Amino acid sequence: MTDTDCDAVVVGTGPAGATCAEVLTAAGWSVIMLEKGRNHLLSLDAPFNPLGHVSNDELKLVFRHFLGPDPWLEPRTFRSSEDDGDRIYTGDVNNLPSTVGGGGMHADGKVPRFREIDFRLASELGPVDGADVVDWPLDYDELEPYYAEAERVVGVAGDAAVNPYAAWRSGPYPMPPGPDMFCAVLTSEAATRLGYHPYRAPTAVNSVEYDGRPACNNCGFCGYFGCPIDAKGDPVAPLRHALRTGRCEIRPESYVTEVLLDETGRRARGVRYVGVDGTVHELSARHVILGAGAFETPRLLLRSEIGNSDVVGRFLMYHFQTFALGVFPFRLHAHRGRSVTHLMDDPIIPDADAQAAARGAGLPWMRGGIVEHGGASHPITEAIHLPPGEDHTRLMMASPMRDRMAAFTMQGEDLPQATNRIDLDPSVTDAWGLPAGRVTYRPHRHELVCAQHWAPRLETVMKEAGARHTFWATSPPLPEQEARRRAANPSPMSRHVMGTARMGDDPRTSVCDRWQRLHDVENVLVADSSVFPTSAGYGPTLTIVALAIRAARALADLEPLRSQRPTGS
Amino acid sequence: MAIWLTEHEHAVVAAAADRVIPPVGGHPGGGALGVADFIDSLLGAFVFDPPRIWAGGPFSGRAGGTASFDEFLPLNSLEELAWRTRIEGSKGMVERERNGAVIGWQQQYRNGIAALGRDFCDISGREQDARLNGDPAFKNLLYTHACEGAYGAPEYGGNREMRGWGAIQYQGDVQPRGYTDREVEGRE
Repeated sequence: MTDTDCDAVVVGTGPAGATCAEVLTAAGWSVIMLEKGRNHLLSLDAPFNPLGHVSNDELKLVFRHFLGPDPWLEPRTFRSSEDDGDRIYTGDVNNLPSTVGGGGMHADGKVPRFREIDFRLASELGPVDGADVVDWPLDYDELEPYYAEAERVVGVAGDAAVNPYAAWRSGPYPMPPGPDMFCAVLTSEAATRLGYHPYRAPTAVNSVEYDGRPACNNCGFCGYFGCPIDAKGDPVAPLRHALRTGRCEIRPESYVTEVLLDETGRRARGVRYVGVDGTVHELSARHVILGAGAFETPRLLLRSEIGNSDVVGRFLMYHFQTFALGVFPFRLHAHRGRSVTHLMDDPIIPDADAQAAARGAGLPWMRGGIVEHGGASHPITEAIHLPPGEDHTRLMMASPMRDRMAAFTMQGEDLPQATNRIDLDPSVTDAWGLPAGRVTYRPHRHELVCAQHWAPRLETVMKEAGARHTFWATSPPLPEQEARRRAANPSPMSRHVMGTARMGDDPRTSVCDRWQRLHDVENVLVADSSVFPTSAGYGPTLTIVALAIRAARALADLEPLRSQRPTGS
Repeated sequence: MAIWLTEHEHAVVAAAADRVIPPVGGHPGGGALGVADFIDSLLGAFVFDPPRIWAGGPFSGRAGGTASFDEFLPLNSLEELAWRTRIEGSKGMVERERNGAVIGWQQQYRNGIAALGRDFCDISGREQDARLNGDPAFKNLLYTHACEGAYGAPEYGGNREMRGWGAIQYQGDVQPRGYTDREVEGRE
């Protein structure tokens, strides 16, 4: 053990890597975390206070790539199929922050659990033509205690009693919910009147002081922004816990270019990385943990030529986003509060209408996703979508597209398809000279049918809530909107990226085993959403954290966590 | 107070800003909001050290706390490469042309303003619109930056006296005061 630089090197400091670092350092391991991006989150010297770099600044955070990646330095490319040629777009493709804290920095912290059925779609619902629907190699009951631990570590505010569709829980949320946004109260009350089941969203934002961090003060710069007051359950908590052990070191601006193997080719001996000044370093470790996210992790695996080469990068999934928007005759001030305060699961549990729509389209079943009740928030984003001239000024003052708008976002389940993938672009490179990651992605008919079924129903809820005008859209656009798809940025807006190093028990059809370790290089563990075999219709973060706790504890030979299902649940 | 633009160019940008964001119904318009100062600050960002790309944090002082937005944050060498390339263009430098040559914003503004004509500030609004419409790419660039300047934090040079926010009933940055639960939940 003394002949390596550390017990584990962790690539990426987002929720996946941060969680592993906390678990492993608590178990006595030494950990070095390599982060490609800069550190704007917390001082790396005790007591690891916030740096104070993030702020209520729309220009810096939304338009000037402050949390990275800068699409000029790190371009990604997109095509919808091989018929498009090498690419149809170069730039921002599903970019998540590239910075200490990773995707947790910009998320608005909605952290629902998956449900029991989400781990067993093949067994419970069966196959779908053109997709590769599989069961997960673990089930909800096994993951439940890790979900509970994840909620405790991250700090989640919620109300266990309010969602009738929720999976069973071994205990309550660590904090009560924060205040409800005015617009979400209107839309959730309307949804209830129409027979849906909205509930107060479990949110990784402090509603009371928690773990030494203050309660949220509702500033509203939540989704797409880092928290200026340390109240968001971004990975600051696990990173700080890891640093406090004295066994964790974070090295920002350190870009891992390759996982290095020993002479057997079956074990990793460490990683090679490049500093911002171009200097190349090698780091040796007993274990390599990849938490670079489901876009960058397969890119690193492909560069390193490890992992099942028939599967790495394939089965790329997002959430198929359906937006139903309502313009109200009065102001909703959705720029105050936590961006989204209510969810509803109804499209995930198909009713008779949804089942009939699926059958009518030749599908055996269909599942949508959570519907987020939120609104539009900040004015530069509003302004650039309006036409220049007097219409601009009048519309900005009346604000139908921001201050009077409520928004539903359905995060629809995206079925896994082998042809949807991330690979290495043949000619576009990043600022380090490495091939850009390239997406090839086209939604399955399941997603399109589901969006078209639910969009008008969500519009009806908006009208019931009092909206004067309603409309809907999807990302990616529906095929009949081909002209729009060719315009501007045709890649899906979703930042929920999953599936590109899927886990399973069969080494021929998966990349990682049930403990998230590569089948072919046993001391490399994939900690992020790359391992998801299916996408479910829920935000991925809490499941990433729960899986990472489970995988890291197993790696350190700690006892599995167990929980008790309450009787009657 | 021209930084990178000439005085004439500054005046043309201010006049054009009033066409894409016109003063109507109590809204001051792009000219009075200092859009030209904002664009001049962006084009001349590297006249300053640190460059005026990322305002500091966590607080502006407008809602309590110590003002720190005007202490701009430093860029690392790669970030400087990206922003210099965007603003100055690639100018034939190998490290700026990895995926092709880039015409920088400085050049786009210099050319675009010249094409609007020496007399741009003296002609009718209708004629100004016609000339802007003659170069849709430049008009689009100018409009995007005008929106950023009108409604971004005033530390970037625009949104003078926060009148851009005032005109649209938007409070801007609110930390560390934030909003009360009642302000979140209630109609008002």
